[in-house]
Amino acid sequence: MSNMVNLTINGIAVSVEEGQTILEAAEKLHIKIPTLCYHKDLCVAGNCRVCVVEQVGNNKLVASCAMPVSEGMEINTNTLKVRNCRKHIIELLLTEHNEECTKCYRNGHCELQELAAEYQITNQDFIDLVPDKNYTVDRISPALEKDDSKCIRCQRCVRTCAEIQSVGAIAVAHKGSDMKISTVFDRALDEVVCTNCGQCIVHCPTGALTEKSYVEKVWDAIADPDTHVVVQTAPAVRIGLGEELGFEPGTRVTGKMVSALRRLGFDSVLDTDFTADLTIMEEGTELLTRLKRALVEDDPDVALPMATSCSPGWVKYIEHKYPEYLPNLSTCKSPQQMFGALAKTYYAKNIGVDPQNIVSVSIMPCTAKKYEANRPEMKDSGYKDVDFVLTTRELAVMIRQAGIEFEKLNDESFDSMMGTGSGAAVIFGATGGVMEAALRTAYEIVTGREVPFENLEILPVRGLDGVKEATIKIEGTVDDWKFLEGVELKCAITNGLENAHQLMDNIKKGESFYHFIEIMACPGGCLGGGGQPYPVDDEVRLKRMQAIYNEDSDLPIRKSHENPEIVQVYKDFLEEPLSHKSHKLLHTTYVKREQY
Amino acid sequence: MDFQEKLVHDLVAKHGTDRENLLPILQGVIDQERYLSEEAILKIAKEMSIPAADVYGTATFYSFLDTDPRGKYVIRVCKTITCAMKGKNQIIQAIENFLKIKVGETTIDKKFTILQTNCLGWCHKAPAMLVNDDVYTELTPESVVDILREYREEN
Amino acid sequence: MTTTKKQLHRIDLIFKNEQDCKEILRNALARSNQEVINEMVNSGLKGRGGAGFPTGLKWKLTAEQKVDEKFVICNADEGEPGTFKDREILTRVPHKVLSGMAVCAKIIGARKGYIYLRGEYKFLVPNLKKELRRFHDILDELGLDFRVEIFMGSGAYICGEESALFESMEGKRGEPRNKPPFPTEIGYLNKPTVINNVETLAHSYTILKYGAKKFRELGVKDSRGSKVFSVSGDTPIPGIYELELGMSVQDFVDDFGDGDTKAVQVGGASGFLVPRKRFGKTSIGYQGKLTGISLPTGGSMMIFNSSRSMYNVLNNYLDFFEEESCGQCTPCRVGCQQLLKGIKAVKRGEKPASYLDQLLKLTDTMKLTAKCGLGQSVANSFSSIVENFREEMIY
Repeated sequence: MSNMVNLTINGIAVSVEEGQTILEAAEKLHIKIPTLCYHKDLCVAGNCRVCVVEQVGNNKLVASCAMPVSEGMEINTNTLKVRNCRKHIIELLLTEHNEECTKCYRNGHCELQELAAEYQITNQDFIDLVPDKNYTVDRISPALEKDDSKCIRCQRCVRTCAEIQSVGAIAVAHKGSDMKISTVFDRALDEVVCTNCGQCIVHCPTGALTEKSYVEKVWDAIADPDTHVVVQTAPAVRIGLGEELGFEPGTRVTGKMVSALRRLGFDSVLDTDFTADLTIMEEGTELLTRLKRALVEDDPDVALPMATSCSPGWVKYIEHKYPEYLPNLSTCKSPQQMFGALAKTYYAKNIGVDPQNIVSVSIMPCTAKKYEANRPEMKDSGYKDVDFVLTTRELAVMIRQAGIEFEKLNDESFDSMMGTGSGAAVIFGATGGVMEAALRTAYEIVTGREVPFENLEILPVRGLDGVKEATIKIEGTVDDWKFLEGVELKCAITNGLENAHQLMDNIKKGESFYHFIEIMACPGGCLGGGGQPYPVDDEVRLKRMQAIYNEDSDLPIRKSHENPEIVQVYKDFLEEPLSHKSHKLLHTTYVKREQY
Repeated sequence: MDFQEKLVHDLVAKHGTDRENLLPILQGVIDQERYLSEEAILKIAKEMSIPAADVYGTATFYSFLDTDPRGKYVIRVCKTITCAMKGKNQIIQAIENFLKIKVGETTIDKKFTILQTNCLGWCHKAPAMLVNDDVYTELTPESVVDILREYREEN
Repeated sequence: MTTTKKQLHRIDLIFKNEQDCKEILRNALARSNQEVINEMVNSGLKGRGGAGFPTGLKWKLTAEQKVDEKFVICNADEGEPGTFKDREILTRVPHKVLSGMAVCAKIIGARKGYIYLRGEYKFLVPNLKKELRRFHDILDELGLDFRVEIFMGSGAYICGEESALFESMEGKRGEPRNKPPFPTEIGYLNKPTVINNVETLAHSYTILKYGAKKFRELGVKDSRGSKVFSVSGDTPIPGIYELELGMSVQDFVDDFGDGDTKAVQVGGASGFLVPRKRFGKTSIGYQGKLTGISLPTGGSMMIFNSSRSMYNVLNNYLDFFEEESCGQCTPCRVGCQQLLKGIKAVKRGEKPASYLDQLLKLTDTMKLTAKCGLGQSVANSFSSIVENFREEMIY
């Protein structure tokens, strides 16, 4: 155990580990110190100064987020001096800030607004600096918007983009009064290395970074009597949505969500879980085919490890940063896009609606999905496969606007045809989930037996660790897959692009070898996605993760290939995995992109 | 490889790709080109494996690492207190009149850019200015024109 | 030149033409580290960049770090308005500075040293390089494994702040770091680093040559030794002068003023403005012999005569700070903008005179909460000018 340090905060004694900060010590005493630039996910910046406290014997105030504790330290967090300074600092931030709070996307969800309310900033004596600033507003991207007039320069986004995501699309530029958060030469986010992951949004305390909202467009579609509006919901939405609507993190609201979607007026409420299962069928078969080519046919051109392609943030990342590995990406479209392609073909035909009149909406924990739906490749149905993508947060907005008392809703079930998902599909929402789902199916195809894990829970691939590894020995293969007998299938799973970067570098250097890697752009996987409710930290992510796994274990069907709707779609429409039709509708290609 | 690409390539080869070599490399480009073009920044970012936004953000922190096009001779007139007291404004006016451009602008022949800068450290010999790296002190509206005429006439 | 009754004692130590640095180094290197540290501590030398941290202690703390790689850095990012003495020292006696660096390197165990030279002084490089070659030969002769390189700044005042300087050398924006940790533990490339001002290092040469005792004879209690002053503004004799610490501003004005001195800015834009009525009560140093206020300084003395508008002076300073703030912390970035816009608004009558009091309160907050010395010290000039020349701010 490390050394303990004794100090007092507001006269209360506390003992914390050496190296901890005053802020952490105060947390232990349940003394709240306001913060803005501080975020548990990120390194300490110490630049907003709103967390200043008084240290007896120090003639300056100290930033509690950055100041380590020391023996005998006496701290006061609530003196007149501290309060006056904090109030000044909040007032100063407000003078640089576009104070159109009632017209702001983050109205009611803004940390600056909350602090201003807490400190009762009722009159502004200082001079409004906004009119003289030449603030940039970037609304070009289909996924994200950046409004510098709302920025408080806390640099949480910059640290997120660099530390968690290893992308570096934005940085701090210029100095003094001109200092701002900028892309290279202040280009639009859509024209740089940005992966649209939206982690900057989740970490932004104000409305400076937001998703591009399609709420109004979806309302328009619903109101149009000539359109048939289908909605799909991703696995992680059902365990995140509750947080936006008054529930504790980790509350499963699947049934209420379906009920709410129906009340919003969607013509058909379907489930991305269905195409998550379909992804397993396609991607699992693709993996086995690649293994066969590599192991039996000695084909030197087969790209291994095969990498998952469900996460559009990761896909764009590899397109920018590791284009030489594009052949390693599974050609499978993400579940969202498979759904979109089927909605305007298979589904349209079955219900007898002209696909031209179908508006396909998806609810995603993700902002990169907005970008993905707009990729030029995503029109294989002959139409735009997915018309509008809403985040979990935007769905909550619609539910509130509709006056639905969410917590009082009864549980309802998804509509049939593309509305059934297995437990394997639900866990797509957590890091390691795609891997686990794939193994549940692939192992069984190859050996005729269930994966050798109790209750199908492949624990080594679960959890928030940055890089997880698993090796599964394949034994007792059925005749078709004899070539895999005795093969140790090596897998790796990462979440967060910084971890993906580490993994890819190891692979590139030849230090690691894998057959199959699952990469999710966001920390924790989709449950920690850029479209999920804020605030978020690992504590919240773990709660959401538990909810996902509970959802899985409560479902009657736990394996993708046992999903009856999957069996049906192959029988009626797709024929078999990797069939000609599958290739046309469910698979895609990638492009090399510039590095900046 | 064009001249600029070669310049960046050679600078990176000379200094190395570690981050602490970024400033010398940026300065090396400035020495030759007087400003950091978009192409130069992107090339440096690529060669050093630093995000381009980060290179841009670093460059824009330093007032001598211009990211706007500049003339062959960048004139920086000190505007800090002592120079301001000792007639900096008249010096600027004389330069503007002589070059027929305003502060912040570059002559059409791309030979001169006029800028103002913070304390140059010649307060006892104010007013002072830099032309690229060379210092001129105790300027008068006449002497500054003489100095610039020499620059203009040299070839 | 003005003739005055009692001229301040001119010291001639730093710029004295002494070419015996090989001797000095040989002697210093022969002594034990402890001995040299004691000599430095006993001299009472404090950092001449303005902050005044005891130099001997800095060396001692860094020497105590059990780390293989350490650095000595000479801070030549002289950017404080009104300061130009480091340029002169590096021009005339660079070998003294280098000798100080070498002795420090030996004591703390550094093999690498840097001179962080501000971009505005690039013209010094050819000469310095020549001097470095000569100096490295001497080190080779003496068997000291130490090399000094020049690192160029690129026009950013804040890089004179030591942790910002490290960031800049590491190829980043020159944004000050959180402290602690201090450079003696975690400095350049996260290694223990001694960073000293040019003049401080030159003084260490004097101390090594003449001994701590002789150095202590100069100056007053807590402000030992001489100091190089950069004198500018409304004076018939602007320039660089080595004077004893502890003098009163009155004595200084008698010597250097033009007979009509209204105020003296001590310590540059981040220092204090001393109005005429306080000349006699203010001394220069860390603690003066007089009972009044004593002002530490990096050596900038700017003299203003009665023709000068103190509003214009303050406006000029605030323009400077608004641009040169690194921009990362709220109180400094926004505070500087507010102060600048605020005095203009008062002057134009858009804000009442009482708004000045509000701005003074704001400078208190800046002083208490800014992340580094820049933001903390904007209050110095602001409050000393506004409090003493309030009418000039309004009318």
